[in-house]
Amino acid sequence: MNSFPLLSILTLIPLLGGGAALLSPTAKLARRIGLAASLLALGVAALLWAAFDPGQTGWQFAESLPWVPSPGNGYQGIEYHLGIDGLGLLLVGLSALLVPFAMLASWKIEQNAKLYFALILFLETGLFGTFTALNFFHWFIYWELGLIPAYFLIKMWGGPRRTRAANQFFIYTLAGSVAMLLGFLAIFAATGVFDFEKLAELARNGELQDKLAKLGGAFFHSKETLTWLVFAGVFLGFAVKAPLMPFHTWLPSAYAEAPTGTAMLLTGAMSKMGVYGFLRILLPLFPAQMRAMQTPLLILAVVTIVFSAAAALAQRDLKRMVAYSSINHVGYCLLGIFAVVQLSGDAAGSATDKAAALNGVMLQMFNHGLTASALFYFVGLIEERSGGLRGLDDFGGLCKAAPVFCGLMGITLFASLGLPGLNGFVSEFLIFKGTLPLAGWAAAISTLGLLITAIFLLTILQRVFNGPLQNRWAGWKDLTKGEKLTLAPVIALIFVLGICPQILISVANPAALAMLKLF
Amino acid sequence: MLAWTIYISFLGAAALALLPPESRRAARITALLTALAGLALALGGAAQYEAHTPAGGLVDLVNMPWITELGINFHLGADGVSVTLVLLTGIAAVAGVLFSWNIERRTREFFALYLALIAGVYGVFLSFDLFLLFVFYEIAIIPKYFLIAVWGSTRREYGAMKLALYSLAGSAMVLVGLIAAYVVSGAHSFDLVVLAKQSYPVAFQHWAFLLVFVGFAVLAGLWPFHTWAPTGHVAAPTAASMLLAGVVMKLGAYGALRVAMTLFPEGLRFWQNGIALLAVIGIVYGGSVALVQRDLKFVIGYSSVSHMGFVLLGLMTLTQIGLSGAVLQMFSHGIIAGLLFAVVGRMIYDRTHTRELSELQPMNLSVLAPFAAVTFVIAGAASMGLPGFSGFIAELQVLAGAWGVFPRLTILAGVGVVVGIAFMVRIWIKAFFAENEAKGAAVQIEPITVAEKAGAYLLLGTTVLIGLWPGLLLNLITPTLRSPLFQPLWKGGPP
Repeated sequence: MNSFPLLSILTLIPLLGGGAALLSPTAKLARRIGLAASLLALGVAALLWAAFDPGQTGWQFAESLPWVPSPGNGYQGIEYHLGIDGLGLLLVGLSALLVPFAMLASWKIEQNAKLYFALILFLETGLFGTFTALNFFHWFIYWELGLIPAYFLIKMWGGPRRTRAANQFFIYTLAGSVAMLLGFLAIFAATGVFDFEKLAELARNGELQDKLAKLGGAFFHSKETLTWLVFAGVFLGFAVKAPLMPFHTWLPSAYAEAPTGTAMLLTGAMSKMGVYGFLRILLPLFPAQMRAMQTPLLILAVVTIVFSAAAALAQRDLKRMVAYSSINHVGYCLLGIFAVVQLSGDAAGSATDKAAALNGVMLQMFNHGLTASALFYFVGLIEERSGGLRGLDDFGGLCKAAPVFCGLMGITLFASLGLPGLNGFVSEFLIFKGTLPLAGWAAAISTLGLLITAIFLLTILQRVFNGPLQNRWAGWKDLTKGEKLTLAPVIALIFVLGICPQILISVANPAALAMLKLF
Repeated sequence: MLAWTIYISFLGAAALALLPPESRRAARITALLTALAGLALALGGAAQYEAHTPAGGLVDLVNMPWITELGINFHLGADGVSVTLVLLTGIAAVAGVLFSWNIERRTREFFALYLALIAGVYGVFLSFDLFLLFVFYEIAIIPKYFLIAVWGSTRREYGAMKLALYSLAGSAMVLVGLIAAYVVSGAHSFDLVVLAKQSYPVAFQHWAFLLVFVGFAVLAGLWPFHTWAPTGHVAAPTAASMLLAGVVMKLGAYGALRVAMTLFPEGLRFWQNGIALLAVIGIVYGGSVALVQRDLKFVIGYSSVSHMGFVLLGLMTLTQIGLSGAVLQMFSHGIIAGLLFAVVGRMIYDRTHTRELSELQPMNLSVLAPFAAVTFVIAGAASMGLPGFSGFIAELQVLAGAWGVFPRLTILAGVGVVVGIAFMVRIWIKAFFAENEAKGAAVQIEPITVAEKAGAYLLLGTTVLIGLWPGLLLNLITPTLRSPLFQPLWKGGPP
């Protein structure tokens, strides 16, 4: 059962690196330690990717050790249980890739730099842990471990309205987490199990529902009540994190106030925690509830997609635009997930559609992570060069002053709006290909979101880079060598994944097929 | 070995009384050594207990006749629950001495009373004779009064008197109940083991349980009898509030479990729902009141009421997981509340001479006293019940147990958790991370001392250790809950 504890090592590297960064005598050294630790983690993640066998079903690199003894009769002891499948691997890879990127974007932070880099690394441990843990007990430790560093990163290094933004972010997310915790405790009270794998098994053979009904039946009029409460609690935890409208209100200001590096991680990796939760936990444990709620859920997803795009269009602040566009892109993931829950007469065709949609969802998580954090990086650069300005109307004609800057940001914007040949296209295409036959109306309305996204992304391109160059920006500096080097891998990946999406699909597809068997 | 925790604390108190009054340094060192010896004995005793009693249950330490005419024995013993709380007492005692290092006024008397209080607390946790338990219980209350009345701050006479009156009223109720049990049982014994074997008429159990349970639970901060807690905590000097929240409130919860619940299980089942309701009201009410306080110490004081509500809720679940959570929560809250009071009382109030949030706000404490700020943030995270800290695993068990018994109250308790997060975030923002430009740099405060850092590390280390390896304590608690003394709680075998 136990393989070489590569996943534990991966999770520990940033934690130890963060401790070392805190203890280092100078800020300069702390930065280097931080970058080195995150690159080391990237190396280990690359090793995982190389050693991962897509053909094999089940968990790979699994580790399992007894941890907490059983707290009473009928309750199982808690195991330290780790493992990844294709989904976990994609997200571990994404996080490992984004953290060094975010660190380079934060290189110039002077105030309390040691703490800043340490917090980023702690956040990385939280991410790795969330994507690899298979027991609720320590999965939840990591889930929350991501939150506290993020809170302080916004609170201490954020923009002018950071306090309010950080508090709102913290309280919303924690309230969602408490709801989820209560839900899981009810599951634990009913079944005595915290292990995701075993819970999925119980859900598949109906025992989970029976036991929850038994526990709740004694108190509520309807046997179903407790099951629905539990579903609602767990759902809320993920819906706030992802976010799904109307639970998104914390996001625009949190993203807008966060320092660039943090905003990159929030959108690139942390929002994926919510989507991951839907896929890994909610879908396998509560397929019946998801199915019963499919129409309302699809409506929420559509609302998320269309309204966030419209909201982005209405913004005048570049960072807020990118933040709303982030909600929009994560919305496609949720659309795909909600579309596949339906029971569809077992036609051979629908299985293909579902697989396509799930593949699209997983690819979209990866691609959006990459593109959105690159966009936040560019906005950060604009802010830095303009001395804090980031209004849509503050600029113009930058293309003439900084052609490389303009070109690379243009590529990223096009990737974000889904231009074929770039990475975003493949994932959105797959999601729509799968969703259209499964939930045609939802997919049809969601295309509006695509349209509006194209409009506002092109507006950015036009207003910032075209038109007459204002005099005050005549000396606008093009990308420096360091910035180009920072961006090179990301831009390269945007092309490579757009042209050869098989790299990701070969990992995602087996996971998608295995997931479809779960419900 | 465990019994020596009591004796050595009394010896330490006596030694202090013999010291010349002006030798403050010697008094401090004596107190620290005594507390350390107590902790070492507690750790050794716990290891011994766990090694020799893997199945849990009661181990007699001393059992000899004391007042034979009345059937009173000097009966000290230990089981997993009492060992857990003895460990808590040991840790809290050491930390308390470290955070009182700066007491200059009547140092000798302060530490003598402090150690007497500690001895009484050890005594309560190890007594298996109800008369003896009651004696130790009173020994713990009297020094408490003086510690607050003499060394306290805000409205100290009022706080001390209120605490004393509440505790004495509670102990009077307990005493009546115990004597009634003695008479009704006809066993002519105060020994808990003997009394637990007797059966009591159900109607008698109904009122006797209520009397004894509430009598003890007053000290555990059961709503609506909690009002002594915030005022007492605020008035007390730092070490005394640490002990008050950390240990003395646990005396109440421990007594309620050990005496009221195991002696009168039928009465317990009769009042179970009502008390659970009060517990949840306490959780939500304590948290909500903490949310609007202006005095930092009142916030922590009310948060204690809220967290002790989880202990009482866990007890009322009458499931093993809930009870195990309740006992763990006693331990965990003792550590965390102690730490919060230490930061607020010692690290901040002793230096800034204010606890008003509005006055702390301009000081920018995160810049002025970064160590205090970081400690408070971590302690606050632990107090919210974030995973990785001891409070999480305790609340997790309590709530998991509660789901199967009171699902509606469980949801309400969940609301209480969210309120708990909110008031802690409010304090972070207002007291430590307020936004104002360099105004704080004008004020200078003395740096945090080594003693304070040592105390903070001790408490922080403990809560993280138990948060990550709850098995260390659960291996003590869980088997004991299956032992004969707790059998009356499980109707028809453990659930």
